[in-house]
Amino acid sequence: CEIKQLSDCLIRLLLDRRDGTRTSEALTPAAAARDEFQEELVIRPLHSGDIYASFQFRTLWDTDFLQEGQKVSHYRLFPKSLGQVLSKFSVRELHISFTQGFWRTMQWGQPFIPSPPGAELWVWFHDTVSDVDGNWKELTNVLSGIFCASLNFIDLTNTVQPSASFKPLGLGNATDHRFLRYATLPREIVCTENLTPWKKLLPCGSKAGLAVLLKSEKLFHSSFHSQAVHIRPVCQDEQCTSKAWELRQTLNVVFDLYTAGQGKKEWSLFKMFSRTLTEACPLATSSKVYVDITDNPELFELSPATPLLSQAVVLGDRRTYSVFDLTRAETFGQLRSLNLLLRWKGDGEMLRPLLHAERYVAGFGLQTGEIHTVIYNNHPYRAFPVLLMDSVPWYLQLYIHTLTVTSKSRDNKPSYIHYQPAKDRHRPHLLEMLIQLPPHSMTEVTVQFERALLKWTEYTPDPNHGFYVGSSVVSALVPSMVAMNTNFTQDQPLFSSFVPVKEESSYFVRVYTEPLLVNLPTPDFSMPYNVICLTCTVVAVGYGSFYNLLTRTFQVDEPSLPLAKRLANLIRRIRGVPLLT
Amino acid sequence: MGLLSDPSRRKVLTGLLTRLNTPICIVCYLAGIVWFMGLAFEPFTLRTYMSENAMGSTMVLLRGAIMMLVCFCSGMPVEWLVKAMQSRGLEVFTQSFSRKLPFPDENKERYMVRGTNVYGILRAPRAPRTEALVISAPCSPGDSNNQAVGLLLALAQYFRNQVYWAKDIIFLVNEHDLMGTQAWLEAYHHTNITGMEYSPLQGRAGSIQAALSLELSSDVITSLDLILEGLNGQLPNLDLANLFYAFCQKLGVLCTIQGKLQRNDWDTAEGYTHAAQTMMLMVLKQACGRSWGDHGLFLRYHIEAASVRGINSFRHYKTDAATIGRLLEGMVRKLNNLLERLHQSYFFYLLPSLSRFVSIGCYMLAFGLLVVILLLRALDLWVHLGAPALAAPSGPGVLTVLTPVVISHLTGVALYLLPVHLQEMAVEHFPVSETEAVVLTAVAIYTAGLALPHNTQRLLSGEGTEQGWKVLKLTALLYLAVLLGCTALINFSLGFILAVTLVPITASMTPHMPKALSALVMVLLSPAFTVLYCVFIYQELIEAPVSVSEGWMLFLSVISQGILDHALYGSLVYPLLALFIYPCWLMFWNILFWS
Repeated sequence: CEIKQLSDCLIRLLLDRRDGTRTSEALTPAAAARDEFQEELVIRPLHSGDIYASFQFRTLWDTDFLQEGQKVSHYRLFPKSLGQVLSKFSVRELHISFTQGFWRTMQWGQPFIPSPPGAELWVWFHDTVSDVDGNWKELTNVLSGIFCASLNFIDLTNTVQPSASFKPLGLGNATDHRFLRYATLPREIVCTENLTPWKKLLPCGSKAGLAVLLKSEKLFHSSFHSQAVHIRPVCQDEQCTSKAWELRQTLNVVFDLYTAGQGKKEWSLFKMFSRTLTEACPLATSSKVYVDITDNPELFELSPATPLLSQAVVLGDRRTYSVFDLTRAETFGQLRSLNLLLRWKGDGEMLRPLLHAERYVAGFGLQTGEIHTVIYNNHPYRAFPVLLMDSVPWYLQLYIHTLTVTSKSRDNKPSYIHYQPAKDRHRPHLLEMLIQLPPHSMTEVTVQFERALLKWTEYTPDPNHGFYVGSSVVSALVPSMVAMNTNFTQDQPLFSSFVPVKEESSYFVRVYTEPLLVNLPTPDFSMPYNVICLTCTVVAVGYGSFYNLLTRTFQVDEPSLPLAKRLANLIRRIRGVPLLT
Repeated sequence: MGLLSDPSRRKVLTGLLTRLNTPICIVCYLAGIVWFMGLAFEPFTLRTYMSENAMGSTMVLLRGAIMMLVCFCSGMPVEWLVKAMQSRGLEVFTQSFSRKLPFPDENKERYMVRGTNVYGILRAPRAPRTEALVISAPCSPGDSNNQAVGLLLALAQYFRNQVYWAKDIIFLVNEHDLMGTQAWLEAYHHTNITGMEYSPLQGRAGSIQAALSLELSSDVITSLDLILEGLNGQLPNLDLANLFYAFCQKLGVLCTIQGKLQRNDWDTAEGYTHAAQTMMLMVLKQACGRSWGDHGLFLRYHIEAASVRGINSFRHYKTDAATIGRLLEGMVRKLNNLLERLHQSYFFYLLPSLSRFVSIGCYMLAFGLLVVILLLRALDLWVHLGAPALAAPSGPGVLTVLTPVVISHLTGVALYLLPVHLQEMAVEHFPVSETEAVVLTAVAIYTAGLALPHNTQRLLSGEGTEQGWKVLKLTALLYLAVLLGCTALINFSLGFILAVTLVPITASMTPHMPKALSALVMVLLSPAFTVLYCVFIYQELIEAPVSVSEGWMLFLSVISQGILDHALYGSLVYPLLALFIYPCWLMFWNILFWS
């Protein structure tokens, strides 16, 4: 493995040098625009006292994989492994995320890019694809190899085609959800073996730039870890005459002040990542670190201070950021390294995010249950609609006639319901609803279910742990407090430009609820031998004898004749005289 | 089966069973009792062992730098608790609940109950909120449990700084002991079984895997007692007891069960008596079907739970708070390691000591030997009824059998419903309190039921025939056998105790016996007297013997507690006794006075 990594590194170095010479000799603007790479780190101190670090790496490439007759074979910054996958399976858009932990909206607010616990994959295929399911199956297997994850467990029993919740984020106006596939694996555990292939997709790997901070022993010593890859077609320029492909690799991590700080309320890059920054990735056109200082100086104190400030409207809020540009030498100062330091002052409390959702299983016993999804609208005076999407495995048999939606203890009729019932062992339930949330309210969606009795080979190796039900997804356009930025400009920071903003008055938010762990009726697997013996005995002895008793006709037995009479009868039979009795 | 399909051999077998019926029954009864008493004898029991791999071999290093806080709970300091938990980095929520009891509870002096639960959730890092553990401490006014909340907060502070948690941990401080727990659990699972009014919970942490309840009444602790008996005689998985025992051994803490220390001299008479007493205490506690600690209510929701109670027995040996903190830390860490719910070990067991257990396979035989008597007697009657010599020209009408059955059950329904519903009327007419009214009404209805046979007979058209009582007895015997069998499957102790007293009289009862004497025996072995005996035996076993009048008062309070437990927590012992066992006994009472 080491040797392989070394050779990879060597090849990459060689390639880099060759590319470097080529670009230096022909440094025309057109050639430079062919592909570019940006990296960015946002650090946001959270109200709860935790700290949120969000990495974004963006590779833009002005080419089209899906064009007929054109074979893309020369790759520079864009990872070849992904490019080949895109063209082979005619993928229009691909979003994949691996998350360990649950984003605590009540304490941390909204993340820049939300993701559910476990693995999530959603793909829009090009509308020329004839066998979408076949492509999907192959694609998941290939991706599971690329990311070293169990995505091969995605099959038709956990794949759905949401009709409204997952619209393409890039160019193109695809509406036919036959070309969309969505699946989650709530049980997927994310660890270093997923991080390493993810880092390898970066042009500089983890050798230079912001990626040097991605040390797994620190990243997995946190409260929340999420890494994602988003690929989509975007406009090349403002006129949008031609298509470019965008690859965004994001990594979000929340560090816990209590467990890692050991009492001291102090943070630095070194403490968080056990590295400091010394240079930008040489291949990057921009490399910046943003620190959210909107709550400064009540909450914390930042050093070194920087004169560079930037304002951005993100998630309906105007925030101020200190910007550290790594491409400039003065950022690193005399020590030639950048180590940001945050000293805490304030004490955090619970937030009231405008939109918040949670879910739980109600009831007890192993026969029935009820799924409760609670959605909070904390806006003081605005009502807004949300799209709720639930994908429930077939072994929870939903009683859809028991579906109720109540807000403020009154019935709230959804204006749109899309329900696809499950087929046992073939496909899951899909329930999508458009619900209007009244201002300052709690809306509760309940549906009852019955727990199926599985076949004994269908149980997992740890059946008493329970079975997972993926997060439900709440997508909404939340009314914004400030005017959102709708014009498409290049110099917007990456974290605020992921979801396209269509109107000024609202912004798009997606909230994932917690996954559920449901116990199904489970036989006692620890004594199969006893059970088999007992069953066989009961069947053999009990059934056999009872069947015998029930079907036999009984006759009173004649007492057998003494030997002398029998002998006499023998002689009589020969003689043809009537027998004795 | 060959035996049954061969008429001649069948005849021999039935002949044998009818001829030797009485001796066989007596032998079975004695064997049942002896077998049961033998369960406490150490060589006949198994040593407990940890079945769950996730808790067995894993190393847990205990640090436990825990400082004990002292919290004087006079009422529930809700705001203080919220602040204390918040400052320890937990997500804190409160829940208010209220409940009007059906009649005043004189033991705990409460009628209109209003309270607030406070709970804080320690979120495990990188866990998706699917699993949780609960540590609860009841907080009641007075000195009764003032140390537990302090220990709970100290544990919360220590746990918050650790990184190894894989499950969220809920620290629950509940007011009004069981009622608070009940309100919290019902809200957590969004059910309402008992008509409690409560506010919904704001924070949850997925499915609860296990729970521990702490009860520390004094700051000096000499030993820790483990309480397992839950609602309706449910018990947590034996691995939970094993876990407690293993850590007590490891840390050198004295541990008891039923308040009794373990002895090593099983081969002496004292040693055996000690084990038998411990087991009898467990049987009595389990049979009464109430929850003996806050943990008992968790069991309904398939959450394995136990209570740990600190005992100050004024011995020289003292355990400091840090050791108890370490013990709990160890237990919680092992539970945190669980990959699946506790399911490997036994759910049905009796414990003659903490290190020895009797599994269901052993103790069910004792019960089986008693119940088989009922079936043998039924077989005997069946054979007699089927014999052509006795067959009357017209069999007894359905009415002859049905009338006593229906009337007995109506009496049972009256016994179940009237005490609570008639309390106001009773209080108006008699100078008694509500609680006394309920209990005395129950006793009155029970006694009034004894007068029934005469009235039943009057309702019947003709004379009760010889065959009539036999059919009735056959029905009653089979009914009792089914009842006891079902009861013992759920709550062995209750089934066994009822079988011990009911089987001899029901098996031998005929109308031809001397009326006065057998009536006396029947009354003395009726369900109510069984309860009375249990009260006396229990008091004797916990070394607090009572006089007859005190015993009578205790008996009355046990009845009121039984009715309250049914109304508040859904305990099924009172309805079982009132609606099924008592009517069944009345059917035999009818047979005795068959004319």
